[in-house]
Amino acid sequence: MDRIPILKLKSCLLISIQTDLHDLIITALQEDILTEISRTGARGVLIDISALDIVDSFMARTLRDCSVMATLLGAKVVITGIRPAVAITLVDLGLDLSGIITACDIDSGFDLLESTPGVFNSGRILKRY
Amino acid sequence: MLAQSVKIQDESDILTSRRLVREIATKIGFGIVDQTKLATATSELSRNIYRYADNGIVYIEQITQPPGIKVLFEDNGPGIADPEEAMKEGFSTTPGSLGLGLSGAKRLVDDMTIESEVGKGTKIEIFKYLP
Repeated sequence: MDRIPILKLKSCLLISIQTDLHDLIITALQEDILTEISRTGARGVLIDISALDIVDSFMARTLRDCSVMATLLGAKVVITGIRPAVAITLVDLGLDLSGIITACDIDSGFDLLESTPGVFNSGRILKRY
Repeated sequence: MLAQSVKIQDESDILTSRRLVREIATKIGFGIVDQTKLATATSELSRNIYRYADNGIVYIEQITQPPGIKVLFEDNGPGIADPEEAMKEGFSTTPGSLGLGLSGAKRLVDDMTIESEVGKGTKIEIFKYLP
């Protein structure tokens, strides 16, 4: 099965979803992100979905759940690049997306993570691997 | 008249059906927001087929009176005991689900009809008309 690469940048994880994903890959990605947070001690996670022209309720729910789960592990998740048509559709769908932190692009997403104490220059020693 | 059908048998077919709906909606002349709504509704309803009925067929068709698109989702699955109840927000038989499948899809389109018989299957039609 294909897997979405998770890159580590300083104390953050960076995930860019470039293709339409089916449910199994989305579920695997959620697990992978949580495993990586725990393995690397990452404090921030940035998930860029600017390439996605559809976010259905399953995808949105997984992103929301992933944000909440990451919070439990001590990491902050920022979703970036939601397209306008996707935003309109998500609201029409009636999804409760409270708990999701977003930014319009990767740049502002990183700004947001940077402004969070401890995400970039935490002084916390990351586990080496 | 544009028409296409997709068999829903595994997860990747959900992707195929929503991609095809978007393609046809684009050709018919729907704007980006309506395309996205149609494709998302298709994704929700195709996933229902895959989850609850195992397999089924999605028929996508251009309509002219009034001009727009019709997508039919047909399966021989367990059926829905109370379609009206199932269309309500929050209805779900799946633990952990948001129960937005049917009610969510309905909100994304202009019209939606459900015919269902327990033990026989379900037929759902969604319609979106050109503005």
